[in-house]
Formats: sequence, C-alpha cells, structure tokens
Amino acid sequence: MHRIASGLLGGLALAALAAWAPSVHAADTIKIGFIAEFSGAFADASREMDDGIKLYMKEHGDTVAGKKIEIIRRDTGGPKPEEAKRLAQELIVRDNVDFLVGFVVTPNALAVADVITQAKKPTVIMNAATSIITAKSPYFVRVSFTVPQVTAPLAVWATKNGVKQAYTMVSDYGPGIDAETSFKNAFEANGGTVVGSVRMPLTSPEFSAYAQKVKDLSPQAIFVFVPSNDQPTQLMKTFAERGLTTSTIKIIATGDVTEDAVLEQEGDAALGLITSHHYSYAHDSQLNRQFVAAFTKEYGALRPDFLAVGGYDGMAAIYAVIEKLKGDVSDPEKVMAAFKGLRIESPRGPIVIDPETRDVIQTVYIRKVERVDGKLVNAEFDKIENVKDPGK
Amino acid sequence: MTHLLGVLFDGLAYGMLLFVLSVGLSVTMGLMGFVNLAHSAFAMLGGYLSVTLMQRAGMPFLATLPIAFVLVGAFSTIFERTLYRRLYLAGELDQVLLTIGLVLMTVASCAYLWGTQQQEVNLPPYLFGRFSPFGIDLGYYRLFLIAVGAVIAVALVFGLERTRFGAQLRAAVDNQRMARGLGIDVNRVFALTFAIGSGLAGLGGALAINMVGLDPNFATKYLVYVLLVVSVGGLGSVGGTFAAAVLLGISDVAGKYYVPEAGAFIIYAVMVALLLWRPAGLFGRRV
Repeated sequence: MHRIASGLLGGLALAALAAWAPSVHAADTIKIGFIAEFSGAFADASREMDDGIKLYMKEHGDTVAGKKIEIIRRDTGGPKPEEAKRLAQELIVRDNVDFLVGFVVTPNALAVADVITQAKKPTVIMNAATSIITAKSPYFVRVSFTVPQVTAPLAVWATKNGVKQAYTMVSDYGPGIDAETSFKNAFEANGGTVVGSVRMPLTSPEFSAYAQKVKDLSPQAIFVFVPSNDQPTQLMKTFAERGLTTSTIKIIATGDVTEDAVLEQEGDAALGLITSHHYSYAHDSQLNRQFVAAFTKEYGALRPDFLAVGGYDGMAAIYAVIEKLKGDVSDPEKVMAAFKGLRIESPRGPIVIDPETRDVIQTVYIRKVERVDGKLVNAEFDKIENVKDPGK
Repeated sequence: MTHLLGVLFDGLAYGMLLFVLSVGLSVTMGLMGFVNLAHSAFAMLGGYLSVTLMQRAGMPFLATLPIAFVLVGAFSTIFERTLYRRLYLAGELDQVLLTIGLVLMTVASCAYLWGTQQQEVNLPPYLFGRFSPFGIDLGYYRLFLIAVGAVIAVALVFGLERTRFGAQLRAAVDNQRMARGLGIDVNRVFALTFAIGSGLAGLGGALAINMVGLDPNFATKYLVYVLLVVSVGGLGSVGGTFAAAVLLGISDVAGKYYVPEAGAFIIYAVMVALLLWRPAGLFGRRV
C-alpha cells in the first residue's frame, strides 16, 4: 500500500513536470500557422510554396534571435473559404500561433480577414493575387504579387512596342476579371484599343470554340489570362493546333500562362510567347542561381516557380521582422510596423513592403519563352522597376 | 457559313468523344439497372494507362488505345465481381454511395501515383495539325476522333443486331426469366457487357487526353458530362447516346462560339429543354 501510494505520487509528479515543461519551452518558440491547399487542384502549387518555406529554413536555420521557429501546416482541401476560416480560428485559439502564412487562392485569404483582424494576428500572404485582399484587414502583408501589378506594365509595354489592338481572353473568376480590367484600363490609357473580350468558364476544358473565334477575328494581338494549374497547357495546345501560335497574331499574357512548373509540358506551342511576371526561374542573379540550385538539389521534381519564391520570401520577411524586434513578437502593432517598409533581396530581384498598403512593390519583368540549353525558359529582356499595385 | 461548318466539325468531334466516354454507362445503367458513377473513374484509369505505356514503355499512342480498352475492361470485372454484384438488388442510393466512394478513391490514388500535374500524350506527327479546305479548319486529331466514334457506333449496333451475343443480350434485357429458361447465361452476358462498356470508357479516357487534358480530377469533372449525355440520350440505347452526345457536343461548342458570355451554360440549357420534352431521354425505354 505504501509502495503503491509512493509510486502514484511519483507518477503524478512526473506527469506534472512533463506537462509543465512544454509550456516553459513554448516561451522560446514562435509558432507559424501555414494554411494552404495541399489537396485538390492546387496541391502542386501548395507544395511549391511549402518547399520554398522549407528551403529558407534549411538555409537560415530554424532559430531566429534565440527563438525556435515552428511551422504548423494545415490543409484547406482546395478553395474552401469556410474551411480556411475554421483552420485559422483553430490555429489562433488552440495552437496560439504568432503568425499566419500561406494562401495560394484568393477566396481562402479573404475568408480569414475578419478572424485575423479580431485576433490581431499578423498574416503573410505568400501567393493569393487579387488586389483587394490587403485592404480587408490591417494585419495582412503580401510578399507575392497582384494580378493588376503584373498586367498593367504589360499593357504599357505592348503599346510602346507597336501593339495597337488587342483581344482579351480571360478565365471567368476574380483574378481573371482583375486581369481583364487592368489590362483594358492601362492599354486604352496608352492609346490602344481593345477590340473584343471573352471570359471563359473556369472549368472549361475545351477551348476550341474560343480559339476558333479569335482566329476568325484575327486581331493584331491577344491578351490571355488563365490560372496556372491545368488551363495553360490545354489552351496553348489548342492555339498551336489552329496555327495561332505561328501566325502573325501576337500573343501576350501574364506569367501564369507560362509558369515555370508547367512550361515544359506546353512544349513548342509556347515558344515566342511574351509574358510579364515578377519571377522567372531563369532570372540572372547570383541569389537566384543559388536558390534554384539549392531547390532542385533538395526537391528535384518540379522547377522552383513564383509560388516557391513566395514561400521563401515570406519566411525571409518573418525572420527579418523577428530579428528587428529581437525575438519579441508579442505586440502585433510593433510586428506590423516592422513589416512596413521592409526591404528584402529576393531570388526574383529586390522587393519592398509598401508602408501604406502593406502590399509588395517590386520589379516586373517582360519575358519571352525561349529554348536555352534544350529547356524552355522565360527569358527576361525588359523590366519595369518599383511597380506598385495599381488596384489601390 | 464556314464558321458554322467549323463549329459543327469541332462540336461533332467533341460529341464523338462524349459518346465513347458515355455509351458504356448508358448500356449498363439501362440493362443492369446499376448506377455506376465510377464509370468516369474507369475512363481516367484508361487515360493514365495510356500515358504510362507511352512514357515508360515507349509505345506509340495508337497502340495504347486497344490496350487501354482491354485492360480497363478486364480491371472493371474485378470490381463487378467483388463489389457491384452485392448491390445489384440494393437501392440506387447505396449504389451511388459505393461508386462515388470508388471515384474518390481513384482520384486520390491517381494523384498519389502520378502526381497532380497535367499528363502529356505523344501524338504521332500525322495526327497533329490541320488542313483547311475551303477555309474550314479540320484538325487531324478531331478527324481521327470522329472516325473512331463512328466505327465504335457502327460496331456496337452491328454487335447488338447481328451477332449471337447481341441477340442473347437483347433477350436477357427484354425478359430475363425467359432468357434464363432458354439456357442463356444471363450473368455472364451482363458481366461481359459491363466489361465492354467500361473498356470503352477507358478508351475514351485515353482519347480525351489530347482534347481536354488529364489530371486526377478528370473523373469528377467528366462525370457530369457523361451523366448529361446518358440522361438526355436515354438509358440502354446506343443510338440515343450517340444522338445525345453529338447534340450536346455541338451545342457546347456552338454556344461558346456564338454566345461566349453564356458559354458553358448552353449545354445545360439544352439538357433541361430536351429532358422537359422527353423525360426518359431521346430514345429511352422506361419512363
């Protein structure tokens, strides 16, 4: 009896110690909730983002200013705003995260706006590209890009390079309509004329009707925006099949259409395509070469693309802020102040977080699809620096 | 005028693809009364099989087509024997639940085995490109699809009307008891029909890659279109499926060409109109 009692007491003491120990440990850990769409159509994109995050942490260690960084991953299962909101709530209330990061698609990012405002939780958007997101909460910071930010410079470049007429083809959803509007505004403001436009259903797998229509109209140029999962390959192949890619019609698009991860699959159909974007895998800088080499060494299968860079730079921003605040991220207002005006050298080039809008200011590159060393790449040949998001 | 002919041509090709994908389901749903929603999953498997054979075994695309047909057909009999047979007498809801579950499992398995990116098909050079008589663009691949669809339609009708197996099938469908009484092995006939239907789905999946792409979500994306064709055409009718597929294919392409703002909605509007006119489908036998 005596032995049992002392055994029980000892066990209880041990359990108490074990329960206490993590909470002591917790004060030295900064937790980051990473919400992305790991299953479904955006699984590859989420994986790229995740690999970018992991690579940064591998290169710079998982400790900053004496604090250990812990990433908690959560899967929304696709564009499911309700799920994203629920996961954000759980991460904030139950797991006590200090930051939220991630978001490949806009609806999920928008869904957490109310939650993070109420909880005052700094949130770094690593991809979702619709203008309005950062305006929805003062705790949003974006390190990726916005669709208008990469579209407007393309329209301006086009007018400066002899393109007077354009026909726009976009996917019928938020970012697509954003692209259509910002292209039209910038193009017409610089003397161009939009001769027609079409919005294609997001789930449309079959582009023959649209390609035929464009061919029959035969405009001087076509501006295309489709989201970068399965649509670009099908669209380009349909164009190529009808001879549109080899005709005199100039095809210009945002970089989503020639996204590094799917470019090889599009094959020769994509050669000569002129696009605008903020990141190309072939960007000629020391940092990018190191980034690409390290990424392919660790994660082989897919090329690093703008999603990987979004993840990588998001972590860079967080690390920089933690160092600036010497590890004390308990005051959300101080954290947000530290983000504003932050300058980072990214594999894409230099980026700055706009102090007023908390959105990213960066260089937009004009690229052409070329074959270099037997591989298809987006070769940058022109750039426009310090582009702010025109949607604000 | 050339625009209209071009649209008709493209629509016909798309319709042929829908026909090959759907005819198996129409036949099995009509004959066996079994709601097999996993039909589009069989199509997806056929597509992935074709891709694997091309990429791993270096086979030419055309050679992979009959193999996709045979192997997916054979593979489907495993499901039929082990799972479907238990639910022949069960309610439709149970059948739907089972087959939807199979679809989800197949989607996840394909994503795991092949990744979530788009798959490529290595077309032989003579199937790529187009020729343009009188200003109409006739793509070679689409011509090929039309040819394949026509051959399959003719073969199915011939098989049903002129062969002994076809006669046995028609007898078993009209009056199962009488057929059994005459010594026809109804179970074997149905099983073989199911295998042929699923094999055709697999063939359709392989043919679809170049037209509409292939990724693990193919099964769920195309289930809707297949069910559209089957419900409009009428269960159990090859001719009905053919007419419905061609009609819907042309409506879809024509709608997107002439009324792009309405775009994908046209195909659903046509479906609603046709079903209001003929609730059992164009050539359906039951009401």
